[in-house]
Amino acid sequence: MSATTTVHAPLDEPGLPPVTQIGMASLALIVAGGIYLSAHLPEHVPLTPAVILLALSALLLAGNLAALSRVHGFAWGRFFQVARRAMLAYAITAGLIEFAFLEDHLSGGPLVVLTLSLVIYAVHVPMLIGFTVARYELSAPAPS
Amino acid sequence: MPPTRSDDLDADGEPMSGVTIAPTQATVHGEGAGPPARVPLDFEIVPRKGLIGVAVAFVALIVAIAANKLWPLMFLHVAGGAAWTVLDLFLGFVIGPILGRLSSPARIELVTRLMPKMVIILPTVVTISLAAGWQLGTKLGYVLSGSPSHGWLVASFIVVGVMAVVALGLLEPANIAVLIELKKPQPRPEVIESLIKRFSYSAGITGAMQIATLVIMTRLASG
Repeated sequence: MSATTTVHAPLDEPGLPPVTQIGMASLALIVAGGIYLSAHLPEHVPLTPAVILLALSALLLAGNLAALSRVHGFAWGRFFQVARRAMLAYAITAGLIEFAFLEDHLSGGPLVVLTLSLVIYAVHVPMLIGFTVARYELSAPAPS
Repeated sequence: MPPTRSDDLDADGEPMSGVTIAPTQATVHGEGAGPPARVPLDFEIVPRKGLIGVAVAFVALIVAIAANKLWPLMFLHVAGGAAWTVLDLFLGFVIGPILGRLSSPARIELVTRLMPKMVIILPTVVTISLAAGWQLGTKLGYVLSGSPSHGWLVASFIVVGVMAVVALGLLEPANIAVLIELKKPQPRPEVIESLIKRFSYSAGITGAMQIATLVIMTRLASG
């Protein structure tokens, strides 16, 4: 049982970073990288654009996590409760997509980029779900 | 406003079932006259029985990809894609507008019955459609950049990519969040309204994108 009480956060909490918007931008970048790679198969694909998109997406993910970690009173218990389970579900779907890549004998640089993109997908989507749930609760110390 | 306990979870960390909700803002906030009309809510956010069906579908997908035979791949891609398209169109253009016009109790009743099913059905049909579709495109040669249909395939990647970002970033989180809010002893109507609005708009966007998918896929199938 939790030792904290929860006070409701206002609908438009001014102290919250734009986690959803940044998360969608990050997902859009890895989707763009995936489309770029897929559109050139099976020819030799210059990896630089895809790597840049992946790196930017990873930076946005890191920035999102850092920005969220600085929010005081965020309902981390609820966040992790939801995000953990969502991560299990999205890891399974990412695994299935990775399986399809491996069955197609995808290898080398494109496989690495697409696998890392799936890792970002499997982390960022659960984070967005956890954030959307937890943003409407702000944990505060229980009154003594 | 009285504080709401954050420990509205049972010992297993599961949201409690059988909680009650006052269906209007006035009764929730204690500002209305008369006794509050409470509707008992007892639902699973993720229907556990449905996970059996999900597991069966995913096993079928793995077998189809490993076997790499035309018919199973075609079946899973068409069945998954059709279910995805129809659900998106139906949610976006039929259920969404209806949801907006319902009274609060009716809306909550519909949401608690419909959305838990969507939590497992939509990601499942999307994954099946995409994974089987990728394998099918490889087998038929559409994925190869020399294929005459390659341009249409890349167009479908772009449409699916936009839909995926909207669905993963907006729709699915709103779906989960509204169900968890409804599980609380004191759910806030303004939060539910906001999340349902977000769900409806997202479903409308993905529904509109599905029309583009229909055009592309029928064009690809026509050769």
